[in-house]
Amino acid sequence: MADRQGVLVIGEVANGKLNPSSTEMLAHGRKLADSLKEPLSIALLGQDLGAAPKEAIAFGADKVHAVTDPLLKEYQVDAYLAAITKVAQQHTPRVVLLAKGPIGSEVGPRLAFRLDTAVIQDCLEVRIDAEKKLVGNRPVYGGNCMATITSLGEPMMAIVRPKTGDPLARNDSRHGEVVAFSPRLEASVIKSRVVERVEKAQEGVRLEDAAIVVSGGRGLGSAAPFTNEIKDLADLLGAAIGASRAVVDSGWISHDHQVGLTGKTIAPNLYIMVGISGASQHMAGCSAAKVIVAINRDSDAVIFNDARYGVAGDWKKVLPAFIQQIRAMK
Amino acid sequence: MTLNIIVTAKQVMDPETPATAYRVDREKKRVDSDPSARIAPVINGFDENGVEAALRIKDALKDVKVTVLSAGAAFTMDVMKKALSMGSDEMVLVQDPALENISDSTITAKVLAAAVKKIGSFDLIITGRQASDWDNAQVPLGLAELLGVPCIPLTRKVDVKDRQVVCERVTGNVHEVISAQLPAVVTVSNELGTPRYPTLRNIMAAARKQPTIWSLGDLGLSAAALAPKLKMLDLFIPKKQSQCEMITGEDEADAGKNLALKLREAKLV
Repeated sequence: MADRQGVLVIGEVANGKLNPSSTEMLAHGRKLADSLKEPLSIALLGQDLGAAPKEAIAFGADKVHAVTDPLLKEYQVDAYLAAITKVAQQHTPRVVLLAKGPIGSEVGPRLAFRLDTAVIQDCLEVRIDAEKKLVGNRPVYGGNCMATITSLGEPMMAIVRPKTGDPLARNDSRHGEVVAFSPRLEASVIKSRVVERVEKAQEGVRLEDAAIVVSGGRGLGSAAPFTNEIKDLADLLGAAIGASRAVVDSGWISHDHQVGLTGKTIAPNLYIMVGISGASQHMAGCSAAKVIVAINRDSDAVIFNDARYGVAGDWKKVLPAFIQQIRAMK
Repeated sequence: MTLNIIVTAKQVMDPETPATAYRVDREKKRVDSDPSARIAPVINGFDENGVEAALRIKDALKDVKVTVLSAGAAFTMDVMKKALSMGSDEMVLVQDPALENISDSTITAKVLAAAVKKIGSFDLIITGRQASDWDNAQVPLGLAELLGVPCIPLTRKVDVKDRQVVCERVTGNVHEVISAQLPAVVTVSNELGTPRYPTLRNIMAAARKQPTIWSLGDLGLSAAALAPKLKMLDLFIPKKQSQCEMITGEDEADAGKNLALKLREAKLV
């Protein structure tokens, strides 16, 4: 068995910049590497990595594997997997970390199977125990229960949920090493093809980055409030609009607004929830919200266990007066 | 030529179980619903979306055989038969006491891969994006790796054309159409749409169908081949302490106004 050492973060680069979730993974990785007293490295993949390797060092990496290949120009899972597998086989890390998201959630499990190990999915917290084993805490059963899981395979891997930790303060004077890695990919590894790709223009504030989010749920009764009261309030506060899975399934608003286990993870300072009962699978997407405000007709709704401020009442009466008062205070 | 689709479907505790009815056995690391609540298990919701996706292909192409595949220690047949009542052709259940409460996706994927090989030919495997019990979202990806076929996860529309699977998916603000050569694995999400209700005709047909049942031995799998790669150290229900301040007023509108004043006082708006 190879003598495994160090923590490897699988980073993500977009337009020559390090993805924010990768800076968070570097902070998680730094903590693990320091407990192991071993180095922290990051693999960055692309055709041209721009300033991302330097950024990664400034955010805590000791070493950057700059993995470049023409086939890595756009994210394509088979090419990424082939390249990362080579990095992992050559550098034999003890721990591999990925961010939960479109790339990490797809690459992480497949990489684990390729390396004949397993990955601890969707961790809110990761640590190294006294036996140098990776331990992760993660929600299961739609967030109704929590499990503490340790890894028996090698390398030990975890997919970590974004917004579960702050990035380290950027320090451009930090020293680190950038090592070029050429995976020499062959086009034959690619097994699926993107036929069409349309990026929808961002309307208003990006949900994941918004300081204030206003969300609506089944209690709204119809799609109309999303273009009236909810929108008015969001515009007034410079907030992004979120939604529960139930209303997305009902077609009241598009899926890119969905917050929760199978939607987006948000971390606003203020989260205003209207007509949302607070099911675990929704709360799984907003556990990092600093202050939750709930307006719900049902005074027994579980959301009042998570909320800091609540109004038990009909949103049709509560919300217009709330909006009017907010407008008056502007 | 018949197009063979395998849909994986897991029997799970109903995710709509109220939070108060969740019971955790911390020793056995297992979750159940309170027996007195008498909550029946269900087919994992995303897997029902998977059955629906397969049946839509069958509706469009006609010469399609849909086989539902599941693995577990015990099945409630009335629950599992819903997949047949919806219109699937056959069902294969891998049933073995060793599959009790498995939360390690590597084991499930190895069992399903072995079952797929025993079923023989397949063109397309459709699975739900994740199971609502352990929420691992790893089995389909592992299945694709073990079978050495492409995988397209998180799709909302699945079509088969000229030995290609063509899928639509939306991740974040990106809308994509992705294609892969068959055989392939595809996972579907709730955006695919509501699964169909069983018709009376299909319910009658399903009642006459007997699932094929295999043990791990039938698949040639030994305990050693299924060694776990993860270990659960603890399982618990997180405690929540409510610290909610309920804002009231003379009426509901007044409460709304007071809420705005409270948020201003707390410098939140």
